[in-house]
Amino acid sequence: MTLSADLRSEITHAMDHHGGPRAAMLESLRMIQQAHGWVCDAHLEEAAALLGVTTAEMEDIATFYSLIFRQPVGERLILLCDGASCYLNGGEDVRDAVMARLGIGFGQTTPDGKYTLINICCVGGCDHAPAAVIGRDRKLVGPLTPETIDEILGEAAL
Amino acid sequence: MNEHKPLTGRARPDRSPHTLEEWRKLGGYAAVERGLKALSPEQVLDMVDDANLNGRGGAGFPAAKKWRFMPKPGQSPGDGPSYFIVNGDEMEPGAFKDRILLEAVPHQLIEGAILAAYATHSSEIIVLIRDAYRDAIANVTRAIAEAEAAGYLGRNVLGSGFDVKMWVHPSAGRYIVGEETALIEALEGKRAVPRKRPPFPAQSGLWGRPTTVNNVETVSCVSHIVANGAQWFRALSRTEEGGTKVFGVSGRVNRPGIIEAPMGTPAGELIEQAGGVSGTGVLRCFQPGGGASGFLEPDALDVPLDFGNVAKAGSMFGTGTMIVLDQSACPLAVIARHMAFYARESCGWCTPCRDGLPWVAQIMMRLERGEGRMEDLDVLRETVAIAGPRGRTFCDLMGGAMAPLGSGLARFGDLFEAHVREGCCPIAREYGRSAA
Repeated sequence: MTLSADLRSEITHAMDHHGGPRAAMLESLRMIQQAHGWVCDAHLEEAAALLGVTTAEMEDIATFYSLIFRQPVGERLILLCDGASCYLNGGEDVRDAVMARLGIGFGQTTPDGKYTLINICCVGGCDHAPAAVIGRDRKLVGPLTPETIDEILGEAAL
Repeated sequence: MNEHKPLTGRARPDRSPHTLEEWRKLGGYAAVERGLKALSPEQVLDMVDDANLNGRGGAGFPAAKKWRFMPKPGQSPGDGPSYFIVNGDEMEPGAFKDRILLEAVPHQLIEGAILAAYATHSSEIIVLIRDAYRDAIANVTRAIAEAEAAGYLGRNVLGSGFDVKMWVHPSAGRYIVGEETALIEALEGKRAVPRKRPPFPAQSGLWGRPTTVNNVETVSCVSHIVANGAQWFRALSRTEEGGTKVFGVSGRVNRPGIIEAPMGTPAGELIEQAGGVSGTGVLRCFQPGGGASGFLEPDALDVPLDFGNVAKAGSMFGTGTMIVLDQSACPLAVIARHMAFYARESCGWCTPCRDGLPWVAQIMMRLERGEGRMEDLDVLRETVAIAGPRGRTFCDLMGGAMAPLGSGLARFGDLFEAHVREGCCPIAREYGRSAA
């Protein structure tokens, strides 16, 4: 797989306008992920070559930042908050219900490739606790209950 | 404009942002016009100094004092720009105040950032926003484009001779990015590992250039100070520290939410405005300023919440976003989750933090399950003593993490021992697991 012409020009733009090749690495990874859902080896190598940095430098960044995915994620991404305010409002009951419903734990994708479940630090939704951010737009949802998770899972379109 | 809620009074209930035209009709950009046309950078800085604006990101460091570390034109070492960075990496447990300021009132932030950049002789403004705040990223990006088109950003802003450009850097996870030197590393395209200080960012920051990093809320205050004056800003507060504060109340309360109120508003009033304590309806304790602030108990409900007074009461004002625990909530369980969070979010550079926090987190989980030993409490106390505030690490992530643990051990020592002695959580036994 190769990067689209659009992505290549966006990466070059970021490099020219936002502080040079190194500074544009994370932004490039984000743009690739936005287009493809995750960052595969071929894309990472191509972006590194385009920026003139080494693959290792690119990988260094990709593996540090927790929301850059180096393996495929499901069509529907669920980032479940594990902050204290969510915990105090039954966040762990929601967590258990989501895990039971999907049959996966944190950091895992359902075998059919539909859902990926990830725990995330406080999503700034303490007024909607327990909360999650879902899908490509990181839509904030909550307050969640074990009874209403099905609607949330249905809405978690990537 | 709502006089008593300058920061959030103009925000719409659905948090949809104003267009630049709408914002101007509400008085927007008048402060930028005034500042750049009628005031010198030093005058803007002096106003912020007189207003007694303390940094709202957690440390409470006076904004003007930080700005004065920046070199004046001609004194800057070598060639190149100075940078003004807005920190929108809000991830502290219990903190949700910057989200509304970024999403709903982005032009207020841009106004403040222009004036702050002017006062600090910075020609580039970068707003770093966490990945989960996609609406914030989109709204601020759009507002910047509008401000550029209207001539508030760019070359020779409003004919003042001041050049400034501004852009958004979306981040991609990791709590430590919010630490100001780690944030600078992140912008340089590196792993977000905090730097050793000195040198401080004002001497050598982004790409070795003079840099100031301020929190979203701090920057959002600046246009109001310039528009209305330092005395007006100070008068908003009930204490010595200027302004209103965008407080947050969450956890066990009936109506969790954001409350903009005078700096110095006591916790009791805020909890009441948040609909009172939920669960049993009886307060056990609260953390006044997010996950890294020590616990306070009901006797502190009347303490005016500002940096100085909360410190005197034995905790930290931090982000001003409080987490409330009722009688049926177990502080050990909350501490255990905080420790798991800080352990996971350690950047891994300094050994006490990288190795100490997972150890502490495991002990806390064991205690919560009722499988703890009395010796565990000694290990916890020893870790707090070794790694507490300003401990043996580059940054204060671990020091901050030790605040709830240390204050928990000091205030709820009996409860820790009861978990060991009884082999279970006494609060969960009384009220049920889910409640605790």
